[in-house]
Amino acid sequence: MTSAEIREKLKNKTVGVAGCGGLGSNCAVALARVGVGTLILTDFDVIAESNLNRQYYFLSQLGEPKAAALKRVIHQINPSVSVIAYEIRLDPEHILRYFKDCDVIVEAFDQAGEKEMLIETVLSAFPEKPLVVGVGMAGWGMNESIHYRRSGNLHICGDETTEISSDIPPLAPRVGIVANMQANVVLDILLQS
Amino acid sequence: MKDNGIRKDLKMKIILNNTPEEFDQEIITVDELLKLKKFTFKMLVIRINGNLVKKDEYNTALVRDKDDVMVLHLVSGG
Repeated sequence: MTSAEIREKLKNKTVGVAGCGGLGSNCAVALARVGVGTLILTDFDVIAESNLNRQYYFLSQLGEPKAAALKRVIHQINPSVSVIAYEIRLDPEHILRYFKDCDVIVEAFDQAGEKEMLIETVLSAFPEKPLVVGVGMAGWGMNESIHYRRSGNLHICGDETTEISSDIPPLAPRVGIVANMQANVVLDILLQS
Repeated sequence: MKDNGIRKDLKMKIILNNTPEEFDQEIITVDELLKLKKFTFKMLVIRINGNLVKKDEYNTALVRDKDDVMVLHLVSGG
């Protein structure tokens, strides 16, 4: 497939990204660069200086809501992407409402409990919809532990082990690897369909 | 108890996270599976043959011979 054929195939596709932190911002930017037609972004948070060690934002954006800020970043890269940004803390009802027409959903939350809520909601409500989750990417090194596996429409990226803590923070390289791995899985799903 | 390399005393063979596993019991609950495998995680997503098992079903949902079981342990970070 040529780049033009890929763009043509992707322009009618919609991807939902739940969370615009380290995973969501990097994954959404990768999807925008390759030309996914519509991105639905959700995040309740604002950009803090501590986020810049891994999240796709700039010093000039400190204090801005992440979803809206990410929309502006994406439009500086690829203005043809249609971006819908919601400043909300996603709950099961929102997931049903905002993600029901997505071709693929990307789980890009920070907290394990929120990840669990999103996965349970999507698997129950949309059992046919592909869901790409990121689990385990704290620390540095350990390239060999990062992997991809699949259970039906649930696609899992990460090391499934490392939990963030004060001694094992999330850092740009491993978070970026998992975020781009998620984008790579999304691309594979969209180009197969 | 081995006979031509095939253990006959193991009654249940399942696929757990894409890996074959064998158990002495013929049938177990999800709770029992988690105990046997020493999975003490708090945040979990479990599927049996592709079907989601909700938390309040862990003590009633059954794992049988030839089932394909996925246990995903969720850790914070993103």
